Amino acid sequence: MNTSVSHTVRLIGAGLRALLVLTVICGVLYPLAVTGIAQALFGDKADGSEIKDEAGKVVGSSLIGQTYNLPGQNPDDPEEAARPDLRWFQPRPSNGLGTNSVNTRYSLILSGATNRAGDDEELIKWVTDAKAAVVADNSTAGFKVRPQDVPAEAVTSSGSGLDPHISPVYAGLQVHRVAERNGLDVKEVEKLVRDHTEGRQLGFMGEPRVNVLELNTALKALSQN
Amino acid sequence: MSSQTAGVLQLLALIAALALAYRPLGEYMARVYSSEKHHEPEKWIYKAIGANPTAEMRWPAYLRGVLAFSAVGVLFLYALQRAQGVLPGSLGFQAIDPDQAFNTAASFVANTNWQSYSGEQAMGHVVQTGGLAVQNFVSAAVGMAVAVALVRGFARSRTGELGNFWADLVRGVFRILLPLSVVGAIILVACGAVQNFSGIHEVGRFTGGSQEWNGGAVASQEVIKVLGTNGGGYFNANSAHPFENPTPFSNLFEVFLILVIPFSLTRTFGRMVGSLRQGYAILATMATIWIGFTALMMWTEFAHHGPAFEVAGGAMEGKETRFGIGASAIFSVATTLTSTGAVNSFHSSYTGLGGGIQLLGMQLGEIAPGGVGSGLYGMLVMAMIAVFIAGLMVGRTPEYLGKKIGTREIKFAACYILVTPALVLGFTAAAMALPTPPDSMLNSGAHGFSEVLYAYTSGANNNGSAFAGLNADTQWFNSTIGIAMLLGRFLPMVFVLALAGSLAEQKPVPATAGTLRTDKPLYTGLLVGTILIVTGLTYFPALALGPLAEGLAS
Repeated sequence: MNTSVSHTVRLIGAGLRALLVLTVICGVLYPLAVTGIAQALFGDKADGSEIKDEAGKVVGSSLIGQTYNLPGQNPDDPEEAARPDLRWFQPRPSNGLGTNSVNTRYSLILSGATNRAGDDEELIKWVTDAKAAVVADNSTAGFKVRPQDVPAEAVTSSGSGLDPHISPVYAGLQVHRVAERNGLDVKEVEKLVRDHTEGRQLGFMGEPRVNVLELNTALKALSQN
Repeated sequence: MSSQTAGVLQLLALIAALALAYRPLGEYMARVYSSEKHHEPEKWIYKAIGANPTAEMRWPAYLRGVLAFSAVGVLFLYALQRAQGVLPGSLGFQAIDPDQAFNTAASFVANTNWQSYSGEQAMGHVVQTGGLAVQNFVSAAVGMAVAVALVRGFARSRTGELGNFWADLVRGVFRILLPLSVVGAIILVACGAVQNFSGIHEVGRFTGGSQEWNGGAVASQEVIKVLGTNGGGYFNANSAHPFENPTPFSNLFEVFLILVIPFSLTRTFGRMVGSLRQGYAILATMATIWIGFTALMMWTEFAHHGPAFEVAGGAMEGKETRFGIGASAIFSVATTLTSTGAVNSFHSSYTGLGGGIQLLGMQLGEIAPGGVGSGLYGMLVMAMIAVFIAGLMVGRTPEYLGKKIGTREIKFAACYILVTPALVLGFTAAAMALPTPPDSMLNSGAHGFSEVLYAYTSGANNNGSAFAGLNADTQWFNSTIGIAMLLGRFLPMVFVLALAGSLAEQKPVPATAGTLRTDKPLYTGLLVGTILIVTGLTYFPALALGPLAEGLAS
């Protein structure tokens, strides 16, 4: 009995020492070494790919999607429905983000999906409403958006809820409205979208896309000049 | 180019990259686990542990090493989370509640990485980097060690000795996982994944005001999360989060990292048992299932049946624009056919049949190609079941790799096969029958049932992905899924090591004209069939109530 107990104690001790040694290596030295190399070689990317506007002010990360809404009318009402600022290109919907209820110390941006199934009533309503809004918001006097022209990503929430991109098709639907609201020529805005369209990587990886924050930053520069 | 064509090309590129890595990595791993040389830093570690790396262990000793090391891991990780509130470098995050801390500790030690918390609002630098990421390395190395012990059971004869657990553990971390992780992490940072130790800080917004960001050692954790088939994301959105998986290239690279060790281990296996063709037969079985599942998944996602997807015109709910349907389908199959459970798109919002493919992938036991190590040993157990069934048909004592599959061996194999279904179906039935657990379901009807079935399937098979609508942060789910993860990881290991010990003691029987050739396409076909039939018979009733009912209704 005594020998088996001391055996077990010895074994647990060996396990603990192994864990501590490996923690120092994999949990301290390894991340520090990678951080050092990463910061030296790709400092901007390692810090979150921040982008600046013409004035040199940081406006966010090119990797993290933002909302482009009008200021709330009633600052005391947190439940107030957001109204999109139609001067700017609009991103995908983001119905999945919860509030930060666990950690009240920060107002962190949270990532997350809606996790709704394809037959979920609320999801069907969100998609239907979003489609109607895309059609209504983007139709101008000389340009009518038809429901069948609206791409799927324009009316659905992404996995992260922070999708920085929209498809070139959805950007194209918004061109007339954006040109009208900013007093710009449609051709100019079309060129802006073309210049900010990324194709598939190496021609076949992923999908073509437009980075909304980069596009809006360039649009702001264009409309102010 | 259509999205469908791009999806197929991405799959082909992935196959080509895996084929290129197969031989060098497989051979290298065989040398790592066969070499008698100990590197200088490794010797210091053995000294610190107080272990003699040349001492051969029989199966009970090997198992005791696995269990002792893992038990210490659970306790350490639990303590770290409970102490988070007072640890420096925790960004002010509070201690994790006991039930959630138990669940998370069990989850990361069991190589499952089920997460009932969201990373960015619960875990500070110390727990993430010093606790969770460390288990990403060592739990993967434990899985590989057990697989190698089983391979030695086939390769050796008239001995009960299976190698030394401490040496296999340390070598797996040092010579395989760490070097690949350093290179992979730098590649991910070059794509845009973040890697810093800044705290939570404010960053400007386009429309004025500011947003608060969470920095961290993300790339270094991301790479081992996929390479070690762990799957626990730094952020709540996992590999859908642009800071974890910024570009289409990084996405394909992560899928490559998920698959490369499990596939290449079949080469290691072939080399160590002295017949590369035996390794190819196992590889072919894994690849057939993997490619078949991926093709099915792409088909159902592009077809987008389901009311909401039909209104939207595509199944883009829960998927990122930069990946689209094709690259999301590839990732989701790779993650559920291995024990990874990382996601780049949210499984709950896949089509009904897509969700069924994800569930079935895990229910196969995650063997095509499976988790690092666990995939190989799971597949070898199925390989023994297949020769056993073939033996029954012709009335011969079955043999595999020159070892008789007798009563003792088949009992261990059968116990192995029964553990996870018992956990999955038992806990799912209990959760559905009790009054309060169903309150956690987000969706109702068939999909709500799928959420619960998915949770226990994911936990018991050590996957970690979720139909994340389920509110799993309750005492019931934290406790039962935690138990399912621990039993689903370590009970099979007991049977595998017992099996290995029993095989290693046998003397090899020479092959005769009547021996079933296990290195031929016919056998690969038999093995694929056995896997699908055994799994199908076990889970069909449960699948019919969930994803099949949902898929057929739309």
